Amino acid sequence: MNVKIKNEGKTLIAFIEGDIDHHTAKNIREYIDNNVESSNPNLLKIDFSKVQFMDSSGIGLIMGRYRLMQLLKGKLEVINVPENIKKLIKLSGLTSLNIIKD
Amino acid sequence: MKPVNEMKFEFLSKSSNESFARATVSAFVAQLDPTISELADIKTAVSEAVTNCIVHAYKQNMGIIYIAVQIFENGKVVIKIRDRGCGIENVNQAMEPMFTTGGDERAGLGFAVMQSFMDKIKVTSKTGKGTSITLEKNIIPRVMRNG
Repeated sequence: MNVKIKNEGKTLIAFIEGDIDHHTAKNIREYIDNNVESSNPNLLKIDFSKVQFMDSSGIGLIMGRYRLMQLLKGKLEVINVPENIKKLIKLSGLTSLNIIKD
Repeated sequence: MKPVNEMKFEFLSKSSNESFARATVSAFVAQLDPTISELADIKTAVSEAVTNCIVHAYKQNMGIIYIAVQIFENGKVVIKIRDRGCGIENVNQAMEPMFTTGGDERAGLGFAVMQSFMDKIKVTSKTGKGTSITLEKNIIPRVMRNG
């Protein structure tokens, strides 16, 4: 599994490692969602510091978790985005949601 | 103009082959000594095209995805990604950013990424026959980069 979860009270942090593509996104999504459902956090942080590669499947992954946290009346933050992935995030328009934190 | 080098490979439309496809193209293009950012652009665009073949073209049945890469003297790279899947009924609509038939977890950005990360893209498709995507990128030779 290329996700590690850390639970800090009402904050859940998901550390993603390796590549995010259409193949890996499914497991990453399920693992994060199961943990969100069981611990019901106010804040979900997704840490990208160990992501080596990401295509638009990663944008879908972020958008889906954003919607999930909205549904739960919580917040999403995407942290430690590597330089080489910023170009894709910028193109996607995700920056306007104010969830990308540096 | 004739290419100075070229290669072809084909593989089954399994999602586990997405990383194989982009890594293989990237390993071949590496001989041009591209920057990390140029290589990341190519890997991302290839990943988008291959994902489209798997998610859309071969939605019903597994099929073969064909990739051919050509390198030209001036540093131009031409990548052709082809399938014999269902084809795209309306190419212009499919290329609109945010348009997707892939459901909630798909961003609908595949073609937008290919367009903005590569220098040129050409899409030809025939319903029931398949789709062919040609991606072009000019890798700036290192001698010129260093002035």
